[in-house]
Amino acid sequence: MKGIAALVAAAALFATAALARAPNTAVVNDSAILAEDYPPALSAFGFFSDLKARVPAARVVGYQLNTPLFSDYAEKQRYLYVPAGQVARYEAENVLALPVGAALIKTFGYGADAAFRPIETRVLLHRAAGWVALPYVWNADLSDATLKRTGTRLPVTFTEPTGATRTISYAVPNQNQCKECHALSGAITPIGPTARNLNDDRQLEALAAGGMLDRAPRDAPRLARWDDAAAPLDDRARAYLETNCAHCHRREGAASNSGLYLGWREPDRVARGILKRPVAAGRGAGDRDFAIDPGHPDRSILLYRLASIEPGIAMPEVGRATTHAEGVALLRKWIAAMPAENGSQEKQAAR
Amino acid sequence: MRQLAATAVLLALAAPAAARTIDVAPGGDAQEAIQQALLDAKPGDVVAIAAGRYALTDGLSLDVPGVTVRGAGMDKTILSFKGQQGAGEGLLVTSDDVVLRGFAVEDSRGDGIKSKGADRIVYKDIRVEWTGGPKETNGAYGVYPVESRGVLVDGAIVRGASDAGIYVGQSENIIVRNSIVEFNVAGIEIENSRHADVVNNVAEHNTGGVLVFDLPNLPRGNGGDVRVYQNAISENDTANFAPKGNIVAQVPKGTGVLVMANDGVFVTGNALAQHATANVMIISYRNAFQDAKYNPLPRNVVVAQNAHGAAGFAPGVPGGAQLATAMGGSIPPVLWDGTGDAALLTVTDAKVLSLGLKAGETPANARPAPADLNRAVAAIRGPVVLPAAMEAAAK
Repeated sequence: MKGIAALVAAAALFATAALARAPNTAVVNDSAILAEDYPPALSAFGFFSDLKARVPAARVVGYQLNTPLFSDYAEKQRYLYVPAGQVARYEAENVLALPVGAALIKTFGYGADAAFRPIETRVLLHRAAGWVALPYVWNADLSDATLKRTGTRLPVTFTEPTGATRTISYAVPNQNQCKECHALSGAITPIGPTARNLNDDRQLEALAAGGMLDRAPRDAPRLARWDDAAAPLDDRARAYLETNCAHCHRREGAASNSGLYLGWREPDRVARGILKRPVAAGRGAGDRDFAIDPGHPDRSILLYRLASIEPGIAMPEVGRATTHAEGVALLRKWIAAMPAENGSQEKQAAR
Repeated sequence: MRQLAATAVLLALAAPAAARTIDVAPGGDAQEAIQQALLDAKPGDVVAIAAGRYALTDGLSLDVPGVTVRGAGMDKTILSFKGQQGAGEGLLVTSDDVVLRGFAVEDSRGDGIKSKGADRIVYKDIRVEWTGGPKETNGAYGVYPVESRGVLVDGAIVRGASDAGIYVGQSENIIVRNSIVEFNVAGIEIENSRHADVVNNVAEHNTGGVLVFDLPNLPRGNGGDVRVYQNAISENDTANFAPKGNIVAQVPKGTGVLVMANDGVFVTGNALAQHATANVMIISYRNAFQDAKYNPLPRNVVVAQNAHGAAGFAPGVPGGAQLATAMGGSIPPVLWDGTGDAALLTVTDAKVLSLGLKAGETPANARPAPADLNRAVAAIRGPVVLPAAMEAAAK
């Protein structure tokens, strides 16, 4: 077995090396990124030398996140583009500082590997006046994707990890809804490629070696993989909240008014949700008193909202028409493992 | 951002010829048509939505400053969210200097219209309604401005919100006037906000008419400086249908005005009647909290010159029925939990019943007794004045 695995690894290395020997010379259309208008077709950017096969052009590099945002079990193919002669700057705590002219490209679809069928590609373009987010929906023949600023809904059928087949009304966000997640103090900003979420002992180094990133410090912070059974439960749960919630639930984010801040290093335990009462949750609170009632997942609003798919209750508010059963299970285990506190007794006493 | 928005508005004012009207009419894909108009609008533009019923499947959003969204009237242009499949509200506004005028939002699955960080926003003649009547499954807030400087709600009608009809949170310089709120849990709620006037409104058949709150552990606290005056607040008699975890779930049925943990609240010149629990309730925040900056006590509260009709005939507090019987059928129209500094509370127009609770005690420990809070009324500040452009937009 070991021999076969090694052979496969060697073949993979060879393939990589072969690719490296024949560099892709297709060039991204920088003016499409930088101009003020909204190109009607994804092909206008030239992010892919072969759009149908989604072969990236030069300086368009695929990346993965340790803990990604859950989006209805969609597969996501993520790419970073940094213009020639420029470089992203390493940031210890924030998203990598990407130069004007850079772009992030994320294709959503279902099916693994060759069976992958794209639905939409969202692009984030770094223009002189700031970041712009645009959604492109793939044409029926999958030859190109068309700009859909208003968003849309599409029926999608896919197989869940449990093997169950699901059909959902898949939501492509409208351009403003992109901002609901991608907003920092009101301005659009990327959220995925932070050093901590890219740091898997390989990607930061590879980006630096490829001339895309200025440096890859050995002591870069590292976000756990939410599905890494070997990692501590607390690290996994915090990583899950960091990427699924904290882009809004932070002091500079769209959910700032909630006072619930779910960043992986949030120091204030009430802000983190521990015995925190709801503010404007409405029926999202269910019949529960606290965002997190330690030791009591069934009394915790956080789980109620993650388990729901009902608009007005479901969190996140956009981008989710199914429940992430595995993510909910992780957080359930995490809250159940917390030592119980007297919040519930206090609740009784107050009545 | 704020500066950028101000610049955009200045530019729009400097070049009014550039302002356009983007017309939207019924027919076709309403979701796409309205959202496209909201995306295409430039500062100074008007998005004019013609009379008709528009079936929406997702939330709408506006993120361009200085835009007016105008319908043909709150009973003519109807945005129906009965078939809504996503988003936390019907319409979300996140830009400054926006005017919303003359349309209705019906049956949104979450909140009706939310504006966040949207300074100088005007809601004029807007109706938000859950058409099935009061239900726990209705959305939480009808008109919901939050984290904003400059809020004007004028001539709104909100029915059926499972939390508050008109809810202003974490904001400052606010006027809510000439509006009708009914069959909501809370009619109008001013929360963690400062410098607000609630005037000339009608609040009937809610669980509680007008609520003025301050809550702990929020980015913006220190709520207060609120005037509730010349409102008709009566028959707030709808059973509380809020989901339990929310603070309004604790509001007893039959509450006219509720002041909790706030600083500087004037309740004057209102007509208050037919409240089973109390015409006015003044209380502290009784839940445990961890927030060093939070003051759970009511202070500098003045209740004066209101016309008090029947009240206190079925108090929604523990032992309320016995209490009412013992007091000859009803308790006094003003109820105070007894917590906080009596010297900072003034009630000149009605008798007051104190529950005699110390901080941390539960209502089960009540030692009800009359309280005399009748003293000289402190000076009442003048009305909130909003920028002239906001008033002009609400003409």
